[in-house]
Amino acid sequence: MILPLRLGAVLGAVILAVGGCVGPADKIVITGSSTIAPLMADLAERYEAETGVQVDVQSGGSGRGIQDVRQGLADLGMVSRALKPDESDLTAHVLGRDGVAMIVNTANPISALSDWQIIAIYSGKIDDWAEVGGDAGAITVVHKANGRSTQELFLDYFGLSNDQVRADMVIGENQQGIKAVAGDTKAIGYVSIGTAIYEAESGSPLRLLPLEGIPATLEEVARGRYPLSRELNLVSQGNLSSTVQAFLDFVTDPSMAEVYHDYYFVASKP
Amino acid sequence: MITTSWPRSPDYWLLWLLRLAGGAVALVLGGIVLVLVAQSLPFLVRHGATLWQGQWQPAQEQYGMASMVAGSLVVSVLALAIAAPVSVLLAAWLRYFMPALRRPVLVVVELMAGIPSVVYGLWGMLMVVPLINQWVPPGASWLAGSLVLALMILPLALLVTDTALEQLPGHYVRSAQALALSRVGMLRRVLLPQALPAIVSGLVLQFGRAMGETMAVLMVSGNVVQWPTSVFDPLRTLTANIALEMAYATGDHRLSLFVSGLLLLLVTLVLLLLSWRLRRGGYGLA
Repeated sequence: MILPLRLGAVLGAVILAVGGCVGPADKIVITGSSTIAPLMADLAERYEAETGVQVDVQSGGSGRGIQDVRQGLADLGMVSRALKPDESDLTAHVLGRDGVAMIVNTANPISALSDWQIIAIYSGKIDDWAEVGGDAGAITVVHKANGRSTQELFLDYFGLSNDQVRADMVIGENQQGIKAVAGDTKAIGYVSIGTAIYEAESGSPLRLLPLEGIPATLEEVARGRYPLSRELNLVSQGNLSSTVQAFLDFVTDPSMAEVYHDYYFVASKP
Repeated sequence: MITTSWPRSPDYWLLWLLRLAGGAVALVLGGIVLVLVAQSLPFLVRHGATLWQGQWQPAQEQYGMASMVAGSLVVSVLALAIAAPVSVLLAAWLRYFMPALRRPVLVVVELMAGIPSVVYGLWGMLMVVPLINQWVPPGASWLAGSLVLALMILPLALLVTDTALEQLPGHYVRSAQALALSRVGMLRRVLLPQALPAIVSGLVLQFGRAMGETMAVLMVSGNVVQWPTSVFDPLRTLTANIALEMAYATGDHRLSLFVSGLLLLLVTLVLLLLSWRLRRGGYGLA
């Protein structure tokens, strides 16, 4: 009689253990924006260390984040912009804000450009620095590739459409833009403000231009005064599982604001 | 009488292993083509007509790719035009004029062949592009792309040429010497013509590689979608287009990138067929 009882107990324990694994200790998959990915990977690591829940973060652009969530490939999508009207099937959870900075080489004497000057430069109406008060020389216009949220934000803000832009170089990642402007004294470009500040502080010859008289700093982004800034979101579809909800609560907790700052973002709940 | 079917000879298993490997290659290639075609078809039905005219503005449903097909072609043609003479001359020179240097140079060249393309791209971005920029801005251009590509295909082009010369029968050289031909005359009239088919097929392979190269070209050639009119102008290749926009593309824009891939496959196929014809028709001796 003793043996079957024991067996039952062992079996019960095994069933409980297996059930426990499949239940709350589930894995969370997050994909999307390469702007948010480094921050999310850091937050995920902290979450894993604290709770043991495995969080898998992959970058591939905001578009992929949305696609993966819709197809159920990811629990959460990282999207570095506000959701569009045709994306109302998704729910956005605001993480914080990031800005886009206009950058020039430090060898360029220009310290500020007005909005219309930037528009004229990007639409090819001004093609020499002498026309905006700089040293004479053809302007190298660095633009981002289609579909990047930095590009959308840039075009949106300046009221340009992509076919009006006369670019000399089209880039993908922020780093490529940094390298292009750092290596060309006549170049102008735009990248994520966090990347630009980080690179300028670590010695790249870059200058961030103010917009509408407001300097491109994290403080101004946090105050909501810097005009060229964007939302950073985690998006989900349908009801959140308790696992995902717990993770969301963790990453949006005010105590995490410092981590956001490490990546030159501004947390929404500081 | 019963024939034993077990155990089979090792040859039997090897044969099946080889068949399996061959079949797998065909299957994978077929799979790639199938996926490309299946993904492209609905797009081609909707926007096929706009492929050859109009601009590349996916946000406005304009998917003109002709300038990118041209970009892929011209950047590779110029790269080959730079790399081919250099590799053939260098291989011939090392083998017949400076044999002492041949081994060390080939070792270096083999090392060069192993360098990842991103490294070439980075080098191009930090060295070649600023140099051209000093000369004729903006620097990131057709020329920069071709120079970096030329450097990338040079090692294998050189090695293939060297092998082609090595495989020529030794009596060619001896006969030429017996006829008192100069070394240059021997190379020009006997050895290079005889080795040409092998050299050409090696160069065609390298051309295909240049067409397919992505990262290095993306980093140095500017990626502006426009018809290449000057070597100092930036251009965008089909591969760069896929790499730049795939991560961020949705809907028809995404499908159009599969079409980019399909076009690239077709262009490469046409080139391969052309080179086969060339070799068969041109130099029957091979």
